[in-house]
Amino acid sequence: MSAVALSARGLNKRFGSLVVASDVELTLPPGVRYALIGPNGAGKTTLINLMTGMLRPDSGRIVLDDEDVTALPASARVQRGLTRTFQINSLFPHLTALESVTLAVCERRRVAATWWRRLTAYADEIDEAYAILSALTLAGVCYRLTRELPYGQQRLLEIALALATRPKVLLLDEPAAGVPRDESKDLFAAIAGLSRDITVLFIEHDMDLVFRFASRVIVMVGGRVLVEGTPAEIAADPQVRAVYLGKARLDGRVP
Amino acid sequence: MTTQALTGPHDYLRAQIRWHWSEIAFWLATLLPFVLAPNYLVLASQIAITGLFALSLDLILGYAGIISLGHAAYFGIGSYTAGLLSAHGWGEPLTGLLAAAAAAGLFGYLTSFIIARFRHLALIMITLGIGLVLVEAANSASWLTGGFDGLQGIHSWPILARFRFDLYGYTAYSYSLMVLFVVFLAARRLTHSPFGLALRGIRENGPRMPAIGAPTHAHIRAIYTIAAVIAGIAGALLAETTETVSLESLGFQRSADVLVMLILGGTGRLYGGLLGAIVYMVARDQFSGLNPQYWYFWIGLLLIAVVLLLPNGLFGGLTALAARLRGRP
Repeated sequence: MSAVALSARGLNKRFGSLVVASDVELTLPPGVRYALIGPNGAGKTTLINLMTGMLRPDSGRIVLDDEDVTALPASARVQRGLTRTFQINSLFPHLTALESVTLAVCERRRVAATWWRRLTAYADEIDEAYAILSALTLAGVCYRLTRELPYGQQRLLEIALALATRPKVLLLDEPAAGVPRDESKDLFAAIAGLSRDITVLFIEHDMDLVFRFASRVIVMVGGRVLVEGTPAEIAADPQVRAVYLGKARLDGRVP
Repeated sequence: MTTQALTGPHDYLRAQIRWHWSEIAFWLATLLPFVLAPNYLVLASQIAITGLFALSLDLILGYAGIISLGHAAYFGIGSYTAGLLSAHGWGEPLTGLLAAAAAAGLFGYLTSFIIARFRHLALIMITLGIGLVLVEAANSASWLTGGFDGLQGIHSWPILARFRFDLYGYTAYSYSLMVLFVVFLAARRLTHSPFGLALRGIRENGPRMPAIGAPTHAHIRAIYTIAAVIAGIAGALLAETTETVSLESLGFQRSADVLVMLILGGTGRLYGGLLGAIVYMVARDQFSGLNPQYWYFWIGLLLIAVVLLLPNGLFGGLTALAARLRGRP
């Protein structure tokens, strides 16, 4: 593996006159746990969309493991190990949890276009899906339709789907969004327990969780990367305190 | 919950694939017309063909969520291919089927590149457009198709050089039913394959599929081509068993009818299309005898009632009823 798992080089994106990404430079070394923070509208989700191919940048490049993936469609990036989850659950309501994850495993192993063999013939794929669900404490509900699962378990299923793609870089868009606080700790414990081979970047608003689970923090404001550093550096950074940590707002007014 | 925990994932998935006794009963019942209604074998043959066409639509609509108002295009191409071969001196039925399947499949594959890019209303308009274009093309190419008068001079040879098509539809129904059953087996296998699971993923949440690494467009192109092949086979069956082909086989009416049948019967369950075809065709046969103009009034009423009361169609209603009788909620 190269020294850089994923990098964004000079990414720019605008919608009309609204600049959502402005010369974004980002370098994620392998295995690091990144938190991406910033006020609402800072362009955090947009950055994930750009890196995963859900949006096309106006200019700039995205490099995954030494390969320029800027022109690749989203599915091809996932096949190369760049996977995301969604802030708002985006699941398969009428598939069971087991079917959903098995599907993702089959897609990764490139057998999902096979129509002449029974799904049950793919024992390894099914076992792998079941193992992922078990690891995320979903084995007990894996025969239930996704739409019937409680919200917290649906959030876990989002992560299970992502893990089934066997990511090298995992981008989690507010993985604990909408989850009660005590449950969100469990969710982050699951994320913290992920293999150290996986580079993780998560968007999170709860600073408590950020400082507990991130080894490095990136702060975005207005489509730009403001600063990057260890949690301690970020906490001490006057710029960050000014725009983000509640001492003052961007316009200088004290709330 | 506890019983579920005891079941392994393999057993669970295997149980979904297993043949249910009611399926076996259904296919045995398809033999009943031979003994109970020998005067209706011609109708039975047309029901089998229409059921096959509905099955084809179910694969794209019920499984992959691709809505089409122009599916008769592929049916008609199958009809004309088999019909033209026969009219030009090659009336061998099985090779006629294969040629029709190939022609419809090729057109399906070519159009699938457009289909894969669109959803919802745009898709309805595009499929509708494809159907309309094809009807007018066939109409204006009257030197080839016979235009409005239909294709003349079709004569089907005996199947396997042995089984002659008879006036009572005995051979026709046997032939149509066998083709339907073979294609059904293939379709059933498809729906229980990894590909079938991927199609359900597309239906459930198409935009999410790329995020699990799925080449959604390639999947859609594949199933659209497969569905076109099956529609072409159905069209060829109709041409061979009735020895007529007209513009009606391509037309909007046929596209709309098959959609209605599928919705009546229930989408996404293979048997829904078959059940819908049976109900629709039998009802048309009975009602239109009484009052031909009034026929669509009743179908319209039935359609509204089913959509309002049975969101999963007649077949969904039947399975819900069966589950209730077994005492499950």
